[in-house]
Amino acid sequence: MEKDIICTVCPTGCTIHVVGDEKSITSIEGFTCPRGKAYGEAEFLAPVRTLTSTALVEGGDSVLVALRSAGPLPKGKIMDCMKEIHALRLTAPVSCGDVLIPNILGTGVDIVATGNVAKL
Amino acid sequence: MYDIKCDVAVIGGGPAGLAAAVAAKKEGAEKVLIIERDEKLGGILQQCIHPGFGLKLFKEELTGPEYFGRFVKEAKEIGVEALLNSMVLEIGDKEVFCINSKYGVTRITAGAIVLAMGCRERTRANIQIPGTRPAGVYTAGAAQRLMNRQNEMVGKKVVILGSGDIGMIMARRMTLEGAKVVAVIELMDFLAGLTRNRVQCLDDFGIPLMLSHTIVDIKGNDRVEGVVVAEVDANKRPVAGTEQLFECDTLLLSVGLIPENEITRKANIKINPITNGPEVNNFMQTSTPSVFASGNVVHVNDLVDNVSTESAIAGASAAKFAMGKLGGGDEITVTTGNNVRYVCPQKVSPNSDEKVSFYFRVLAPKKGVRITAKDGDNVLYTRKAIKVNPGEIEKVTVDPKGIKSLTVEVTEEA
Ligand SMILES: Cc1cc2nc3c(=O)[nH]c(=O)nc-3n(C[C@H](O)[C@H](O)[C@H](O)COP(=O)(O)OP(=O)(O)OC[C@H]3O[C@@H](n4cnc5c(N)ncnc54)[C@H](O)[C@@H]3O)c2cc1C
Ligand code: SF4
Repeated sequence: MEKDIICTVCPTGCTIHVVGDEKSITSIEGFTCPRGKAYGEAEFLAPVRTLTSTALVEGGDSVLVALRSAGPLPKGKIMDCMKEIHALRLTAPVSCGDVLIPNILGTGVDIVATGNVAKL
Repeated sequence: MYDIKCDVAVIGGGPAGLAAAVAAKKEGAEKVLIIERDEKLGGILQQCIHPGFGLKLFKEELTGPEYFGRFVKEAKEIGVEALLNSMVLEIGDKEVFCINSKYGVTRITAGAIVLAMGCRERTRANIQIPGTRPAGVYTAGAAQRLMNRQNEMVGKKVVILGSGDIGMIMARRMTLEGAKVVAVIELMDFLAGLTRNRVQCLDDFGIPLMLSHTIVDIKGNDRVEGVVVAEVDANKRPVAGTEQLFECDTLLLSVGLIPENEITRKANIKINPITNGPEVNNFMQTSTPSVFASGNVVHVNDLVDNVSTESAIAGASAAKFAMGKLGGGDEITVTTGNNVRYVCPQKVSPNSDEKVSFYFRVLAPKKGVRITAKDGDNVLYTRKAIKVNPGEIEKVTVDPKGIKSLTVEVTEEA
């Protein structure tokens, strides 16, 4: 497997060329700095993303509260995580930092509120 | 008429207004009042639920609500006041007139004013796409507000015109919510927004990006049924014979922002024709000495961290002005050199004791360049850059003490 990965660690945006299989990398080139190399390796073997969305809130001064994954999630699980988030029905008040879904889909990552919704 | 008195009045409660108000208060202004038309503080960041904020200022990656949440908390703690649901209609030298939902027409008398009204999106009318006028054409930011604050899904099958950050972020957002994003269409031959957003918002979901293309027709009577996309030539004119019909029920426009300056113009404050915002000096002071400005109302920023930094200068300077302590005097106008579209602030006082950061945008993308700020032949600042891009703001920091002129330029490295 070969992949051209655009490094997003800094605005330079180097194109990193990685060759390997699911478990190991046989060659990696095109990065300019160590942070880029680490990104290229992770992005090739186990890409992760921070997920942000909203959830429904009842009885508050907004109908939605913004939320995020407290840490990065495996990229392949993002759509399944969205299903869990869509099923949420919260009641106001909700405060920034509240854990809305602990350990989503067994990833070890919590879904937390990023906004505040006051009780009406 | 309802009357309020304060030391510093800040118009707009987005990141710019919040940072300016906090800085004004810290500088010693007693009563600082934010006047905001929305029902909540936070400005555009209330709908920017995605991460990507605060890397420079807080060294961590925050979402929009987390970022402005920190400023709202600080503002409350130090006693900044806010008048919400209040639309400012007009300003005078040291007066602000607004309509408040409770008090009606309200006059705020202030020692200094900070303009922080942000931007508005360019609409279909601004770019003149031909075709019918069906429902389903939204600006990307309006769609973002509907989805992220009001729980209204705007469509199921979407084409996005413009590769700015808002458009790309909405492409991901709509995909996550179950919509199909058919394509992102960009007139220029380069991406308008950040590369990172292309990777994480388009490539991740297999959404095609079509550079050097535009929309030449919108189909549908009651609701959008499709758009006709065509390639453009070097002069940005559609090439006959390249038209293709994309079926969709929604068109999002992400075709740029315009600083919101109706009240600035009405007050006869000098507007820069390139940024479409008020011209400011290193104190973020406009051509009316009691009026300061910062954030997207001055020039469209891509990073909110820069907005906060620049707004803290505006707020602190406004407080000093209100207390009669702001220096100033002679001013030099900054010259835009090779491949520089604009520089902000546009003016600088050579009596200034502090270093001044100038933000600028280039005209064209270039690789392997040198960024220089100079006074005649005297180089004040220089650095190499691997690449520059009109979509990404660059910065030079200069000690202005005693300079006679200032030119910022971007040249190709030999
Ligand atoms: C969709 C989108 C995505 C973005 N993504 C990022 C990102 O990932 N990272 C990043 O760093 N930056 C990002 N930005 C940029 C950042 O959000 C802006 O730079 C920042 O919000 C500008 O702050 P501001 O206070 O100048 O304007 P705004 O946030 O627009 O605030 C202006 C405020 O003024 C109020 N106002 C206007 N006119 C009046 C009036 N007449 N009377 C009373 N009140 C008034 C408005 O209601 C609003 O609350 C993004 C911007 C957008 C739109
Ligand atoms: S490899 Fe290093 S220099 Fe290149 S984009 Fe990544 S972080 Fe930036």
